[in-house]
Amino acid sequence: MTDATAPTGAAIAPQVTTEVQANDHAHPDLRVWGLLTFLVSESLMFGGFFAAYLMVRGAASQWPPEGTEVELLLPAINTVILVSSSFVIHLGDVAIKKNDIGGLRKWYAVTALMGAVFLVGQAYEYATLGYGLSSNIFANCFYLMTGFHGLHVFIGLLLILGVLWRSRRAGHYSDHKHTGVEMAEIYWHFVDIIWIVLFALLYILTQFS
Amino acid sequence: MTNVPVEGIKIPDIAHPEPQNNWRKYFSFSTDHKVIGIQYLVTSFVFFLIGGLLSMVIRAELITPPADLIDRTLYNSMFTMHGTIMIFLWIFPSLVGLANYLVPLMIGARDMAFPRLNAAAFWMVPVFGILLMTSYFLPSGTAQAGWWSYPPVSTQNPTDSVITGEFIWILAVAISGVSSIMGAVNFVTTIVRMRAPGMTYFRMPAYVWTVLSAQLIQLAALPALTAGAIMLLFDAAAGTAFFNPEKGGNPVLFQHFFWFYSHPAVYVMVLPIFGVFSEIFPVYSRKPLFGYKVVAVSSLLISGVSVLVWVHHMYASGTPGWMRMLFMASTMLVAVPTGIKVFAWVATIWKGKLRLDTPMLFCLGALLMFVFAGVTGVMLASVPIDIHVNNTYFVVGHFHYIVFGTITMGMFAALYHWFPKMTGRMYFEGLGKVHFILAFIGTNLCFLPMHLAGLHGMVRRVSSYDPEFAFSNVLASLGGFLLGMSTIPFILNMVGSWAQGKPAPDNPWRAIGLEWLVSSPPPVENFEALPIVVSGPYGYGKSDPLVENAAALKEG
Repeated sequence: MTDATAPTGAAIAPQVTTEVQANDHAHPDLRVWGLLTFLVSESLMFGGFFAAYLMVRGAASQWPPEGTEVELLLPAINTVILVSSSFVIHLGDVAIKKNDIGGLRKWYAVTALMGAVFLVGQAYEYATLGYGLSSNIFANCFYLMTGFHGLHVFIGLLLILGVLWRSRRAGHYSDHKHTGVEMAEIYWHFVDIIWIVLFALLYILTQFS
Repeated sequence: MTNVPVEGIKIPDIAHPEPQNNWRKYFSFSTDHKVIGIQYLVTSFVFFLIGGLLSMVIRAELITPPADLIDRTLYNSMFTMHGTIMIFLWIFPSLVGLANYLVPLMIGARDMAFPRLNAAAFWMVPVFGILLMTSYFLPSGTAQAGWWSYPPVSTQNPTDSVITGEFIWILAVAISGVSSIMGAVNFVTTIVRMRAPGMTYFRMPAYVWTVLSAQLIQLAALPALTAGAIMLLFDAAAGTAFFNPEKGGNPVLFQHFFWFYSHPAVYVMVLPIFGVFSEIFPVYSRKPLFGYKVVAVSSLLISGVSVLVWVHHMYASGTPGWMRMLFMASTMLVAVPTGIKVFAWVATIWKGKLRLDTPMLFCLGALLMFVFAGVTGVMLASVPIDIHVNNTYFVVGHFHYIVFGTITMGMFAALYHWFPKMTGRMYFEGLGKVHFILAFIGTNLCFLPMHLAGLHGMVRRVSSYDPEFAFSNVLASLGGFLLGMSTIPFILNMVGSWAQGKPAPDNPWRAIGLEWLVSSPPPVENFEALPIVVSGPYGYGKSDPLVENAAALKEG
């Protein structure tokens, strides 16, 4: 927020009224704090879906019902890709802390690629499963939860691409100014953690019923 | 900061819409928390009037036992929209508006943590408000399933429309939820991270504690409603069956989602009003708030307990006995921190030098009605009584004593109390007192007889009733119309005073608090130098200064 308002104030400083000057007090940058508070809230929404899933599952006689079994190999590969991308994105963060823009760009590009592969894999899974959103209550839950998570992966991907786009300009990110980089990373870790729970609930725990 | 004389300098045409100091700023995407606060308050008041008109129609229908004034379907739409508007477009946004105005001033910050997020959150309110209104023009009419939208009623589509009123309703509530979450992120971050030097947690005014507690509830509980609303939307529009028992779903599941949020939401609504009480009673009694620290912490306790009580709305939803007992106990627990607060307020007024100005009158009236609502609340928490009066006017009477008698009356108290600060003008005391008297009589006349009718079995949400309840309903309708009229002196007062009231000094009430140390209205960015706070918030009867640098706070 600060980096957008500061240049305006500096450029017009000699001619402004006192009221405009009053706007130039430094405003603290609390974006990371805001993001973390938001993610607490987001995780509770996923918590709501998990709770609904477990309640519906508890009431079902067979889970998943006949005809809506899940694939295991492809999602397992996808999980490996998404989990390892969380480490890759951290390398980008380490790089920018050493003022290495090239490193940041490289690792964030790799992360974006891995995220995209995950989404393509999920789309392929959807296309080959043979049942849709409204087939039965398991399919309802399956598509709602993975779809909502996929939406979050997509948003995380956009954030990473946004970091890549902004990093074209020399000096936009540096070792002491990289809040945007960190926020994308935090969000990506969040998406990753949610997926691990989802994978356990939807793919692993459905193998033993 | 350079001090360039402004006289004779032509203000350049800059892309900086902020400091225009006229009415237009209230129609702009301003990022000033004070402008946003007033935008919230005025917008929500407009919706309060719309919701109030709907309730007038409801009371007019109910003045006679048969359903003779409006069509039954329209009646369903009336109470659904009345509830939805009053909660999502009056109480929530007006409280957020008040908090927006006061919190940064009270904690000594120049603005909220995320000013642009703040503005975006506000502008969603008129957007979803108008969206909700457009459902009147749909072939299906508006949503008709009540403000809680239980399936299977809410997933019906008798007119077979592509877009139903219910669909628009869910969408509007979802946007409201996004706006609330944005606000909650902003408030929590602001209160935790932007307090002025020396403003420790236990030097924050009790109001700020209540806002923090309320917004923490928003963060923790609102996602449940979002999740439930998403599933309801899928059920209604995409053929899923989360809440459809024929296909393995569970309609009670929605009730859990709904009340997991919507009961704590009651505390989101009432906690800031508790904060208003804690601010106003000391000022007009000239005494420190009794037991400040306990009052402050009790807000957090209420937040904590609030997420453990939701099933008391579902005693009659096939809930097993052990669960009813558990939630009965947890619900009654809420009375403990709330009781602490009530005792503290009474002890604050006790032997004080009372000054019965309009804000104090509204607070006293609201406190009285809150105690009554608290008593009926504990009654309703008890399973046998609740089973007896479930879905009757007893419940309607009870919660209107909270949402109108306590919250709306408390909101009026706050509006009068901080009106001089917000506008730089004094309001007319006489009109304020007329408003109070009409509203106080109207509230009790309207909602007290409902308890009687409810105890005798009058069911809510039905447009016709047995003639034995006629007397209670005539009284309630008269009270309702009186309440409607009571807003007239209020509007006259607010509009007239803002235009022509006496200029207000910085601190007309001789109140203690950072907001009273700056000019009325405060300048953009509030404080010239950040205050350095050196003492607690309620130093009435003492001579300790609140801040070390009082002279440096104001410009010039």
